[in-house]
Amino acid sequence: MATDLTHIILADDDEDDRLFFTDAFEELKMSTAVTTYKDGVYLMDYLNHPDATLPHILFLDLNMPRKSGMECLKEIKANKRFDHIAIAIYSTSASDEDIENTFVQGANIYIKKPSDFGKLKKVLSNVVTTNWQYHTNGLNRDQFLLKL
Amino acid sequence: MNLFIKFDFNTVCTTVLEQCLEQLEIAYKIVGFGEVSFPKPLSEAKKKEFLALLAPYQIEIVEDHKRILVQKIKDAILEMIYDEDTEVQVKSSVYLSEKLGHSYGYLSNLFSEVTYTSIENFIILQKIEYTKQLIIQENLSLTEIAYKLRYSSVAHLSTQFKNTTGITPSAFQRIIAKRKQNLST
Repeated sequence: MATDLTHIILADDDEDDRLFFTDAFEELKMSTAVTTYKDGVYLMDYLNHPDATLPHILFLDLNMPRKSGMECLKEIKANKRFDHIAIAIYSTSASDEDIENTFVQGANIYIKKPSDFGKLKKVLSNVVTTNWQYHTNGLNRDQFLLKL
Repeated sequence: MNLFIKFDFNTVCTTVLEQCLEQLEIAYKIVGFGEVSFPKPLSEAKKKEFLALLAPYQIEIVEDHKRILVQKIKDAILEMIYDEDTEVQVKSSVYLSEKLGHSYGYLSNLFSEVTYTSIENFIILQKIEYTKQLIIQENLSLTEIAYKLRYSSVAHLSTQFKNTTGITPSAFQRIIAKRKQNLST
């Protein structure tokens, strides 16, 4: 396990949220490599580069300037090259209907941003662990839905 | 006559590893004590040769050993869940330890160490995945699934589904149906 690095990307315009996110992973001591982008345009520029290392899990904030998380989600789902990326929506609270809609559009995970750091660590560790189970056990990704 | 010898295990073992790897012309990097990393993945044949060279020194790949047993645990669990003829009358812990010939404590620790999760959670995850599959592909009702997977009640299955995935079985069904609809329009 120790040598199998999980690549993680977060796109979020809030600098504090990006910082909490990377700090949480540092403290979790899981073998992860975390990269962050501050909006959807930067993110898609990176992903669309042919040499890009694609992440195992991509965390998308819904409300971002220039290009929203929902727009990124639709672009990603329309491109076969990104089929293996697990997509986690990482957002402040939304209605059940909005949440369900992100799943319908192809998101695998929906995370309501936790209010404290301890909870954030727990949630992120749950995401990586569950994704790892799908990855190593050949489970059907089309039915991978997780709401935290 | 007696000579007194002082030696350093790390240097000895590292030298053995280096010699074997160079003999096989495998590109490698010794990362730390007991860990070698390969820039290119080893073919099964090369790995066998490497293991054969190391065998006289009683050096073996630890991870493989553990991973094989973990795979056996997983296979036994899947068999328990998917094969309806395997009537498991005893608790899964007893079933696993009898089938694999190790104490449950040992299996359980090893499993957690290698897979990031516990045997209990793995069983639940697999049952819920199977439930999803039965909902989508066979259109079974939750009552039928609960019976098939030997849950004590529908409520128990439903709660476990919600606890594991964060959504209810009916929401799951709705989302999958809408996704299909989106694809066909």
